[in-house]
Amino acid sequence: MSSSVKNSIETKNLHIGYQQKKSVSTIQENISVQLFKGEFVGILGKNGIGKSTLLRTLTGVQDAISGEVFIQGKSIQSYNLKELSSLISLVLTERLPESQLTVYELVALGRQPYTNWIGRLGKKDIDQIKWALEQTETLSLANRYFNELSDGQLQRVLIARALAQDTQIILLDEPTAHLDMHHTIKIFKLLKKLSKETNKTIITTTHEVNLAINSADQLILLTDKEVVAGNKKTLIERNSFDHLFSSEIVNFNEKLEQFIITKES
Amino acid sequence: MLVITLLVSISLGSVSIPMDEIIAVLSGNNSSKSSWSTIILHFRLPKAITAMLVGSGLSIAGLLMQTLFKNPLAGPFVLGISSGASLGVAILILGAGIFGGVLTAISFSSWGLAIASSLGAAIVLLAVLITAHKVRNTMSILIIGLMFGTVTSAIISVFTFFSDAEKIQQFVFWGFGSLGNLAWNEVLIFFIIYLIAVLNLFQIIKPLNTFLLGENYSKSLGINIKKSRNIILLITSLLTGVITAFAGPIAFIGLAVPHITKLVFKTSDHKILLPAVAILGAIILLICDIIAQLPTSEFTLPINAVTSLIGAPVVIWLLIRKKKIYV
Repeated sequence: MSSSVKNSIETKNLHIGYQQKKSVSTIQENISVQLFKGEFVGILGKNGIGKSTLLRTLTGVQDAISGEVFIQGKSIQSYNLKELSSLISLVLTERLPESQLTVYELVALGRQPYTNWIGRLGKKDIDQIKWALEQTETLSLANRYFNELSDGQLQRVLIARALAQDTQIILLDEPTAHLDMHHTIKIFKLLKKLSKETNKTIITTTHEVNLAINSADQLILLTDKEVVAGNKKTLIERNSFDHLFSSEIVNFNEKLEQFIITKES
Repeated sequence: MLVITLLVSISLGSVSIPMDEIIAVLSGNNSSKSSWSTIILHFRLPKAITAMLVGSGLSIAGLLMQTLFKNPLAGPFVLGISSGASLGVAILILGAGIFGGVLTAISFSSWGLAIASSLGAAIVLLAVLITAHKVRNTMSILIIGLMFGTVTSAIISVFTFFSDAEKIQQFVFWGFGSLGNLAWNEVLIFFIIYLIAVLNLFQIIKPLNTFLLGENYSKSLGINIKKSRNIILLITSLLTGVITAFAGPIAFIGLAVPHITKLVFKTSDHKILLPAVAILGAIILLICDIIAQLPTSEFTLPINAVTSLIGAPVVIWLLIRKKKIYV
């Protein structure tokens, strides 16, 4: 991997949406962003605006309508699944099928791209799994069955699994969807810390707008009008937050740097 | 355990043979009565081997289905795959009477029977897979599987209606399930197909474990889902097909054994589960065979009745006791 490339993900004139035979429904147009190593990135936008579609396009699961996604400076299409699996790891919102996997086994599955045909764990794999469990404070849960965990614990275990996969980029889809305030903040702090300590690019979609605005290094805002990206300061200067939600419901307060529920008059 | 049930299974039958004689014959010595050797080597041993292949094969197929469909109720019988295999056999046995010609020739060869029934199994499994991809809801998949089963059964009834009594009788007896009608050369064919299927398992141990996380995670771990799914399809059709061809549509083993195994071993790791279901499946079918022999020494019960009589209560008991079953 060429270390000269500083950005992990770059998109150029990306149009995302769904393509079925001849009918094309574009959800968002002209997305051009650059996400760097060591950055914690939040993708914000209201329901149905295309956050998940963008995430799927960035991982290569879904094809772009036009434009391109570059991973480590190379087009995502030039990688095969196997190569991508050592570059990008995922934390998804979908429920896992009921099974009797232990936390350790679940995290160990992250090592699959590196293990032999039967999935034997070598010393390096075991070290990486242990490190991932420690980073997410889930080492004490290692021998529990994952289906016995609380939502907060499970989310950290899923992050551990992504860490075990040892990729430059981690993409998360609403990792705090089922969590209370305490655990939500804990997850955000963890993600921020990991991006700094491991120099990974950690990208998450989220509805926790205020938390994201004040902790992410870069934000990608999906609005009805356009897609803009930048850090908090530039986005405030450009008044970009005003287009995120309808102003009758919530308003962005520049002084407090957060959204405030609009008082009914 | 496997060895004990194997020996007990061989010892039971209309002619009772002492255990030490059995061990003597199996270890290559001569028995004190030559008829005993013949019975053991030409009837009971092939039957016991068939039982083991059937039991382990169906259990493996069941486990694969449960993991692939992420549904604890999936199995070759529930998803209509066994019915598909039956249809293949029905077309061959009954169709030979109606259409005559080439089918008659094929219907007498055991390879023909095995291939027809594997094809039948594959077609139904493929149909279930395609619709499963469209609906995604696991409950609907099971219902669709049941529907395919019903449709194939209906087609079989139509065939039966137009066939003559002799062919129908042949088919009905086949439907009871039997482990004992195979000669050594048929057991060999059975074993070769079983081996091809089982050898393919080695390719999919890793993908199977990632399937426990769902398709999107599998894909992000670099798994070629289509390829893995096709291999699972191939293995399941071969196993269900060859088993159904040679032993009839045997119920419940494919559903019950994986659950018993998961309950005993408390794991979802296929590295452990696959060999475990294979061995446990063999043991359980040998036990079913022993029970089928027990009531009177003159007759044996249809094996299918025994597996259902044991299998259904086991599944109900599991559900009540555990309240939760796993993929």
